[in-house]
Amino acid sequence: MSVTHSYPLKAEVKNLNFYYNLVQALKNVHLPIAEKMITALIGPSGCGKTTYLRCFNRMHDLYPGNRYEGEIILYPDGLNINSPKIDPIEVRMRISMVFQKPNPFPKTVFENVAYGLRVRGENRKNFLEEKVEKALIQSALWGEVKDRIYDLAFNLSGGQQQRLCIARALATDPEILLFDEPTSALDPTATSKIEELIMQLKKEVTILIVTHNMQQAARVSDFTAFMYLGEIIEFDKTDKVFTHPSVRLTEEYITGRFG
Amino acid sequence: MDNDKNIQEIRKKIALNKLRDHLFWIIGLLSTLIGFVLLFTLIIDLLIDGFPRLGWQFFTSYPSRFPEKAGILSAWVGTTLVMIVTAAAAVPLGIAAGIYLEEYGKKNWLTNLIEINMNNLAGVPSIIYGLLALGLFVYYLKFGESILTGGLTLGLLILPMVVIATRESIRAIPNSIREASYALGATKWQTVKDHILPYSFGGILTGMIIGLSRAIGETAPIITIGALTFIAFLPSSPVTSEFPFFSFKWLLDPFTVMPIQMFNWISRPQTAFHINAAAAGIVLLLLTLLMNGFAVYLRYRFRKRIKW
Repeated sequence: MSVTHSYPLKAEVKNLNFYYNLVQALKNVHLPIAEKMITALIGPSGCGKTTYLRCFNRMHDLYPGNRYEGEIILYPDGLNINSPKIDPIEVRMRISMVFQKPNPFPKTVFENVAYGLRVRGENRKNFLEEKVEKALIQSALWGEVKDRIYDLAFNLSGGQQQRLCIARALATDPEILLFDEPTSALDPTATSKIEELIMQLKKEVTILIVTHNMQQAARVSDFTAFMYLGEIIEFDKTDKVFTHPSVRLTEEYITGRFG
Repeated sequence: MDNDKNIQEIRKKIALNKLRDHLFWIIGLLSTLIGFVLLFTLIIDLLIDGFPRLGWQFFTSYPSRFPEKAGILSAWVGTTLVMIVTAAAAVPLGIAAGIYLEEYGKKNWLTNLIEINMNNLAGVPSIIYGLLALGLFVYYLKFGESILTGGLTLGLLILPMVVIATRESIRAIPNSIREASYALGATKWQTVKDHILPYSFGGILTGMIIGLSRAIGETAPIITIGALTFIAFLPSSPVTSEFPFFSFKWLLDPFTVMPIQMFNWISRPQTAFHINAAAAGIVLLLLTLLMNGFAVYLRYRFRKRIKW
């Protein structure tokens, strides 16, 4: 897989296997993640793309019976974040995640965005205000909520809530931002806003996005990995995958013949 | 025509089904009314008997040989203090246990065993708690027939209720909220303290109040531990005139509570005492209704603010 050879890497997945108890959900996965680029994971339901994404911030450690094998190397320090010796909390402090359904806390807009910093022991009001404003500007929400910072986050619309979750994930200056089908619960207008935002964000952060929507992958990503039954079938530049896929299965999937 | 016959048939069936429907409507209504009417009659009866007796004097007098001079001062003070001890004992323990079982405890045979026991404990007859307390608090720990013993006993009694209420309201929090917190790098304790506890607080509070409103009417365990039925003095004051201006001596003082006072009056032959019992019953009933009403209000307030 030399498609990324001319790009600096932010992370590299090597021989990753993942098991839910006895069921193997990921099989010997390799994947380079280019720095400040958007890598999309596509594939039919149950192919393991969300499982894969959740390996990057060790979410699987929250539940019993899950097991990893192999490595996810984070650059530039070359740390294997999948190693049992590494505290999952340390990994989650460096790699943020945005979930499928907007999941703001039932707190104010301000407290939602500030929570990641509070977890890190930050309580200086001026600093928090500055960071919250910056994150809300980055997530293109500032204009809409700047007069409602101390309102409950539940009063925002679905699309706004999702952008709030993005701001919450950005406030801690993560190295990688993970998106797990971030628009699947949103209407088309909100979806296009989020897509625009994701494309903006790659200037500042490396992005990994799981999506069900192939047009979305084609529109936003630089690289695309097609997954099927826990394996990566094809990985290439996005326009290559969508115009000249080299594997038959990929072609069948992107032309809608299965999935 | 064949079709006509079919329609006739269908209409007949619909009519029959509707009849059954109405029948159940009547049965259901009657069943509902029986409970309601009984409770209502009871309250009216209590009110007719006891209401004229309620007055300033009734609340500020000790029990007496003369029914018209007797009052519930020592009983309501005793009930209040016992409830404070009960809440102080059961609430922190219950919340901590509930959080442990939901958020920390791994699912294995031990937590399953604890869970089954916890649910059974909620159904143990209250007199059994009285026996346990008599052995443990009165004889072994030598707390005597005191407010402390009474409060701890009732605390044990409502502990399972607090645990169950805590667990239920914690379980109502969607997992996506926990994941959001963990994904930001929060530890388990940070997640519990910043999210789980605040968001389940309404439910926990409701459980606590319902537990207390059950404890307030409990008589059997309190009699078992040997609470006195005739107390013509108040426990020592928790506030003192000398440094450090508060005292916990009241914890070890003897006491009586409202239901025991009622029981005492009811068992006398004179009707005038029965009227006193009815009046005390009104106070007890009002207290319980107020507490339950407050619980309903709290639930409503918290539900309105947090909807998943």
